Amino acid sequence: MRDYLRTHEGEARLLAVLAGLVVFLSAASPSFLTAANLASLMNNSAINVIWAVGLLVVLISGGIDISFAVAASVVQYLCFYALMAVGGGDWLVGVVFAGAIGVAIGAVNAALIAGFRIISIVVTIATFNALFGLLMFATAGRSLYDLPNWWTERIEVVRLGDHAALALPVAAMAVAMASTWFLISRTTIGRQLYAFGDNPEGARRAGVATTPMQFIAYGWMGLMAGIGGLMQVNIVQEIVPNALIGRELDVLAAVVLGGARLGGGRGTVLGCFLGVLLVAITQNGLNLLGVSPYAFKMVIGLTILAAISLSGVDLAALATAKSGRRKLGRPD
Amino acid sequence: MPVAEHDESAADAAPAIRFDRVSVTFGGVRALDGVSFEVDRGEVHCLAGENGSGKSTLIKVVAGVYRPEPGAHMEYFGRPETTVTPQLARRRGVAVIWQDLALFPEMTVAENIAFDHLVGGMRLVEHGAIRKIAESALARLGVDLDLGARLNKLPIARRQLAAIARALASDAKLIFMDEPTASLTQAETDMLLDVVRTLSASGVAIVFVSHRLAEVLEVSSRATVLRDGRLVGVFEAAGLSQTRLTELMTGKQFDQRISARSFAAAPAVLSVEDLSRHGEYEGVNLALRAGEVVGLVGLIGAGRTELAHTLFGMTRPDRGAIRLNGRNIAFRNNRDAIAAGVAYVSEDRLALGLVQQQSIADNLVITRLRAISNAAGAISRAKKAAAVAKGVTDLAIKIGRPADAVSTLSGGNQQRVVLAKWLATSPKALILDCPTVGVDVGARDGIYRIIRRLAESGIAILLISDEVSEAFFNADRVLHMAAGRIVGDYDPRSVSLADLESAVYA
Amino acid sequence: MVDRIERHYAVFGRDVWGLLGFLALALIAFAAAAPQFLTAANFSSMAFQVSDLGLLTLAMLMPIISGGFNLAIIATANLSGLTLAWILNLNGGPQAGVLAFAGGAAAALAVGGASGAAMGATIAFLGAHPILASLAMMIFLRGLGEYLTRGGDISGFPDFLGEVGHGELLGVPVPMLVLVGAALFWHFLLSHTRHGFAVTMIGSNARAAEYSGVPVKRTITLVYALSGMMCALAGILMLTRFNSVRVGHGDSLLLVTVLACFLGGVDPFGGFGRVAPVFVALLILQTLSSGLNLLGANQHLSTAVWGLFLIAVMSLRWAGPVLAKLLKRTKE
Repeated sequence: MRDYLRTHEGEARLLAVLAGLVVFLSAASPSFLTAANLASLMNNSAINVIWAVGLLVVLISGGIDISFAVAASVVQYLCFYALMAVGGGDWLVGVVFAGAIGVAIGAVNAALIAGFRIISIVVTIATFNALFGLLMFATAGRSLYDLPNWWTERIEVVRLGDHAALALPVAAMAVAMASTWFLISRTTIGRQLYAFGDNPEGARRAGVATTPMQFIAYGWMGLMAGIGGLMQVNIVQEIVPNALIGRELDVLAAVVLGGARLGGGRGTVLGCFLGVLLVAITQNGLNLLGVSPYAFKMVIGLTILAAISLSGVDLAALATAKSGRRKLGRPD
Repeated sequence: MPVAEHDESAADAAPAIRFDRVSVTFGGVRALDGVSFEVDRGEVHCLAGENGSGKSTLIKVVAGVYRPEPGAHMEYFGRPETTVTPQLARRRGVAVIWQDLALFPEMTVAENIAFDHLVGGMRLVEHGAIRKIAESALARLGVDLDLGARLNKLPIARRQLAAIARALASDAKLIFMDEPTASLTQAETDMLLDVVRTLSASGVAIVFVSHRLAEVLEVSSRATVLRDGRLVGVFEAAGLSQTRLTELMTGKQFDQRISARSFAAAPAVLSVEDLSRHGEYEGVNLALRAGEVVGLVGLIGAGRTELAHTLFGMTRPDRGAIRLNGRNIAFRNNRDAIAAGVAYVSEDRLALGLVQQQSIADNLVITRLRAISNAAGAISRAKKAAAVAKGVTDLAIKIGRPADAVSTLSGGNQQRVVLAKWLATSPKALILDCPTVGVDVGARDGIYRIIRRLAESGIAILLISDEVSEAFFNADRVLHMAAGRIVGDYDPRSVSLADLESAVYA
Repeated sequence: MVDRIERHYAVFGRDVWGLLGFLALALIAFAAAAPQFLTAANFSSMAFQVSDLGLLTLAMLMPIISGGFNLAIIATANLSGLTLAWILNLNGGPQAGVLAFAGGAAAALAVGGASGAAMGATIAFLGAHPILASLAMMIFLRGLGEYLTRGGDISGFPDFLGEVGHGELLGVPVPMLVLVGAALFWHFLLSHTRHGFAVTMIGSNARAAEYSGVPVKRTITLVYALSGMMCALAGILMLTRFNSVRVGHGDSLLLVTVLACFLGGVDPFGGFGRVAPVFVALLILQTLSSGLNLLGANQHLSTAVWGLFLIAVMSLRWAGPVLAKLLKRTKE
């Protein structure tokens, strides 16, 4: 662990900030460090973490995805109709459907990015608009409430006390985190994703196949978008077409707060988790301290601004240290 | 001991690579023209040529990055190939240590070294195995690096060692080293040359590309010389002197005369006294006199560019004084320096010297925006066109249309654009940081003539150069910088080029 | 001749003819399909509708050309609108005079400019990534707006504001005049001034620009300040058009402005982009939306069509050179 934090200063710093925040809130509010509060904190953060680790993979590979939250809504609808077509299904069928539809949407993004050489932000803004428009048009903005029982039933996975339990989405989050960690840290594909995001030209010269990298990154993002969408229904027990729009930017902010870099090559699962948690705990703390809920976003915006400004200072120092050493990349 | 792995025993005797009739054309420019290249197994072979002679292109052909035009013969360890991909070249045992290293700064040292074992289909990463591979590669090199650290934590020289270790880790039988010593100290270089000899003795062929001819000749057995994309010939290193090799590379008899003159009496335009900046340079004293060309040579990392940055107002010194025409000055940024009459031609024309994607016209006027616009900030089209025309004619820049991207120009013409944009600011002192990097050999004389002409018009010039000969023949005196200090001040008229080179590269 | 073509390119960019051709095609198609399309009333309503999106797109355009991004445009517009509304309400609400409006508008522009400058300074001096800095600023400004309004609307403005939002001058809707004026000003700024020159240079290569003596930090700060003022103009116009201000109003336009920029041939990496083709792109988007609306589709289908259209255009831009190369090869 110490070794890990030594090479991941961003995560270490975030962990320290988070620890400070937890200590402060525990002292300031008796209801913060209770099983009920912590459980609801985790239950409410689970979906964002699932999406965050998906987005992490895309960011590591040097891309960005704006479309995943809308994709998750599309998955919810398509999944619903697919489940109805097979007579209601169950969790296993649901996971397979949601995952498959999500991966398919991710593959479309990847195909456009790799096939037409369009940069990811353009592609995903286009697919964002296309998916959202089609979804709202096709559903005429109608929500779905009459869902299969298994889908909306609250499943407690770990009981933490009388009124506190971690629900199924938290388990899904744990699986998503573990599998993403496994993919990016323990498989050669994952290390190639880092390399591709870090130095695309170097990776290409070293024989990394770049098109498959895009499909893996956006496919994984799609998978997580789908699973997150499936789990989100379990929490809110309804499907609303425009419920998730806007979440993409919140998740993006949390992931980057967690140390991932726009531009690729850097980022960890732990960082994602901490980034999402920092935002969630800040909001939770403001709530417990009796701050007006209307002020939450303002404080969170300021927190992120402060965080990026501070990490920006380090980067700036690094940049000046690097200048004058730019002998590299000189042409023959 | 050569590695035998083919069933045909005849192939064992074949050279490591044999390439014939290799031609490559980029957008109408013939980068390689019917070149042959052969390297024996276990041989240390020097690939020599000036910048732009086609060395890098040839390396990329052998490594499978570029495809030669039809008709080329390509053979690896006795096995002919028709199409070569980077993957195939690697399988045949070719590894390249690119000049830009092509490493992954965010990944660990171990992963960088063992990267070839991470490429390919989905497998588990065995961190232990990766570490072992990296360790054994480093052991062969005889150096010690922190395997768990991120690569971007290493200084540049150590990254170079990691890049070499990476080639070793991929079991290469032929390693190209493109300027591997450019950023190394002498001790590190000696160690690297030892490694090269050891590898060669164990049957690994090395192709060595370096502009430090002394070390090249010391370590190689043969030299292939390229000039302007053509093969000049293959020569035994034993019978080759540095001067002869330079002549072969440049195609010129080196009766090039020393142009140094004395300026002791002229007034100092730009001078510094006891200038220091932590970690960059220390206690620097120098004076540039009107009309004088002062050469500044030294190894990469000696602090030359860092000193130039301070003179140009981009960094501030910790200590010491800068005087312009006798007055003490403190620049807040390079705009102050430009206004005061200091101009700086960056060594990195691609990234810093020009805005490559934008037009020739815009690059010519970028330093003089205030002169071509009114107080409200509106740019006058007529004034801009006049300024562009003046720059183009003054420096005889060969262009198509002013609106073309500056990247469409040749290296020499690009450098003329850079010089033109700085001359437009009427500088009193001009700092040239490696001004002929990436400029064709034939176009270099033109740049040197411009430098001389500018000096004669009274501008004080600091000529920073990687090639000692460049400073020796074009400067009035040559300063030698090492480890941040100026350690020598030579008059080309009273020292020989060989002595100066051995002083700098020692 | 060559010179004239060059000059034409300099003003309109290289693919304005393709865009104009498509615009003509779309106009003809809708005119044939929907009888009400070719009426003054329809064109007038199109002109009213395109103005908000147009101003916001201009606000997005300059940061993108400088190699950045501004995700805070809607939030800035909202907050500037709130500033104006607040000053109007302080001066009697519906009874407020023209002077109060002028003062309020000036205050709105100042708020927009100041928040933009703060964001620009974060990017320029601390080296924060523009996507991130503007995202954080968006969350903060939106939060601030929510805090100030408690999530509600502010309305009740003097009647003469309707003359601005709904009035016509010489038969042209006033909002359209505002947009055309703003576009001309932006074109002048970007193509004929030192600032515009610096913006394009920085967008292509900020470090090389700095080495040449371009004031990079000051220029970037100014880019976002100007962008913020353009947002404020949009916010003021939206107030007069809808006679109310609410945080979140216009959120759906955020990514559409990016889409319009890319459609107008702006380089996503910065350095290249012209006002004229972006203006044509806006007209195309509005034509598609109005035409589809007359054919019975709703705004959501238009959104989808916009996204798909962007994908099609980007693919064609990629395919053009590739096809030309293939054609050349077969000829040989």
